Amino acid sequence: MRQALEGSLAVAKAVALCRPGVVAAYPITPQTHIVENISKLVADGDLETELVSVESEFSAASVVLGAAAAGSRAYTASSSQGIMLMAEVLFNIAGLRIPMVLTCANRAVGAPLNIWNDQTDSMAVRDSGWIQLYCADNQEAVDSLIQAYRISERTEIPVMVCMDGFILTHTLEVIDIPDQGQVDAYLPEFRFQRRLDPSDPISLGALVTPEHFSEVKHSQHMAMFKALPEIVEADKDFEAQFGRCCGGLLTEHGDEEATVAILTLGSIYGTLRAAMDAHKPRKKVKLIHLRCFRPFPEAALLAALDGVKDLIVVERALSPGLGGIVGTEIKAVLSTARKPPHVHNVAVGLGGRDVPLDILPRLLEALKDGTATEFSIFDADLSKLPEEDR
Amino acid sequence: MASTDRNAERLKELRTKHGRSDASLPERPAEPAKDLRQAQPRFRGLEAGHRACQGCGEALAARLVTEAAGPDVMISNATGCLEVFTTPWPQSAWRVPWIHSLFENAAAVASGMEAALKAQGKSTKVLAFGGDGGTFDIGFQALSGMLEREHNVLYVCFDNEAYMNTGIQRSGSTPHAARTTTSPPGKARMGKRHLKKDLLSIISAHHIPYGASTSVAYPADIRRKVRRAMEIQGPTFLLVHSPCPLGWGHDGARTIEIARLAVQSGLFPLVEMERGEVTDVMPIRKPVPVAEYLKVQQRFRHLFAPDDPRALQEREHLQALADYNIEIYGLYAEEADPLDTEGADTVRRGGLAN
Ligand SMILES: Cc1ncc(C[n+]2csc(CCOP(=O)(O)OP(=O)(O)O)c2C)c(N)n1
Ligand code: SF4
Repeated sequence: MRQALEGSLAVAKAVALCRPGVVAAYPITPQTHIVENISKLVADGDLETELVSVESEFSAASVVLGAAAAGSRAYTASSSQGIMLMAEVLFNIAGLRIPMVLTCANRAVGAPLNIWNDQTDSMAVRDSGWIQLYCADNQEAVDSLIQAYRISERTEIPVMVCMDGFILTHTLEVIDIPDQGQVDAYLPEFRFQRRLDPSDPISLGALVTPEHFSEVKHSQHMAMFKALPEIVEADKDFEAQFGRCCGGLLTEHGDEEATVAILTLGSIYGTLRAAMDAHKPRKKVKLIHLRCFRPFPEAALLAALDGVKDLIVVERALSPGLGGIVGTEIKAVLSTARKPPHVHNVAVGLGGRDVPLDILPRLLEALKDGTATEFSIFDADLSKLPEEDR
Repeated sequence: MASTDRNAERLKELRTKHGRSDASLPERPAEPAKDLRQAQPRFRGLEAGHRACQGCGEALAARLVTEAAGPDVMISNATGCLEVFTTPWPQSAWRVPWIHSLFENAAAVASGMEAALKAQGKSTKVLAFGGDGGTFDIGFQALSGMLEREHNVLYVCFDNEAYMNTGIQRSGSTPHAARTTTSPPGKARMGKRHLKKDLLSIISAHHIPYGASTSVAYPADIRRKVRRAMEIQGPTFLLVHSPCPLGWGHDGARTIEIARLAVQSGLFPLVEMERGEVTDVMPIRKPVPVAEYLKVQQRFRHLFAPDDPRALQEREHLQALADYNIEIYGLYAEEADPLDTEGADTVRRGGLAN
């Protein structure tokens, strides 16, 4: 049913449609509305689940770990400092190959304390072994969540669905919330093979010595690559069932013959699309939304960049002392390409700085005059800094 | 005499004592392990053959707890000696469903397991196991949250009074003046400077239905307390005093004797608490001087240095702590406790005396 809904409420409704046995979460801006809305659904009898109101994000992640291991579908959500506090458990969940879904309402990580959006939080746990899907809009946040359970339960890899804090979580949009019957048809009941069960006892999480550790890690690494077709298929089957999709691993928009591509993750994609329509660039430009960041969709990206001469990677995170995270990874991937595009890398919108529509012409301008080549925080106003800090 | 010879001697002795001739006894079975297991009268949650040090109090205590808890359980185990010595992959000594996640989240993982079982309408009891480090210190927040939210979980802390798995570092549970590798005695220090945290009182302040301390020296007491906790729908807590021969510096054969001295001196009182009130204690008939307990352990050796005035001072301090326990818990009594079985049933568990 199409409704005007706040992103967080839409996500809460999608969670309910997936029938989780256990939900555990801890409040943090901008994720709070998700746990509040789930609590309300439970209080109103619209969602039957064990809602565990934990004392920290560390315990939220641990509770869902235990719940899924004991055989129930589990959900949690967090942001920023909460993701940081969960970090140890996130690696553990992925290492144990326990399926579950987490929504990351992306927010900057302090200090300085800042509650607004960027993607430093999810980027900081990119090596935890979770699948990471980024959402361009709230419809994708809903649809990706439902798909995430299917992907996770088929691959036994946990999935993090990333949606930009405030920009998506707190924004009212017209969203189509699927019906229960359709979701039930798409998403089979939760069955975790290695679940804890007194009638067939197993030991999970044993110490693994150097004799076997490399092999365990190899199989985890391979499982991530094997998840790539699962992600594509989950989206295709979703389209067959619901009549819309999220673009699989990545979405392209614009001129197929483009020599300039702008790649981004999350809601900036929507901004750039609107900017394309508003500014109609003279150059042949296309936009790429990298929906799946882990596992890294190398082949799909190389195909999308075929014929592209200049690639501008626009990201909402920073690795101090290196520069862009996504940009650096893409440069590494392209190093083996036959005719790699020239990669320009910028960070924008850090800590909630507005990304206006004129970002597109400004980026293209910078490309023309050569100033976009080195990594920069593109929208930083250096005049606010003392001379020695510039 | 080699130890196998000693065993044979002892076997002969027992056979004579019980009026059985050698001939009337069956031959040694070809697969002794299998046969022994079949002869086991009780359920075993934790099998033999794990890699704990000889005389490990924690290993024995974990076996007694899981035996008493029975097969319809699942365990969430914190990182620590128990987790490591029972599992290196691909082996496991556990006969019940068991999961290890991290050092500080055993109680939160257990909370999630319990929530899942509730959602599935199952009555399997969840147990959480942690060492004193994982319970008194780093895992305390998760434990407090689990108790506050009233999860139906029995949390068992195997208290060996230091971080043993990482090589004997001090914890919040290490007794005052004890030597560990991070509280070594020297010219300026006499071992650990601070007191052992009174965890049971803190747990009790959560007003949970049942919390108790027990000791590996009293198997019947452990069994009774585990069964008591298993019957309760709600959060329960057991603190099991479990000597560590390696960390405490004593012979592995003396584990039970030393655990017993801790109780009989008043340093480790065995108490039961319900909803924040002390409801029962194990009485001490003849309190043993604390020095008797201290002197058999290397970790207190510096307290017996002949010409160090600080040594006597610290011994007196520890005696005062024991006296305080005896007084506030009213431990002194004329009567023996019926569960104070002097370790008789541990001998029976050997399977020889039947
Ligand atoms: C977050 C974290 N910090 C430190 C460690 C290292 N570590 C593993 S076990 C352990 C000590 C365990 O001590 P305790 O809980 O008393 O159990 P014991 O080994 O004595 O039975 C430590 C410090 C860890 N695994 N995780
Ligand atoms: S170090 Fe101590 S607690 Fe650890 S296995 Fe050895 S005796 Fe047991």
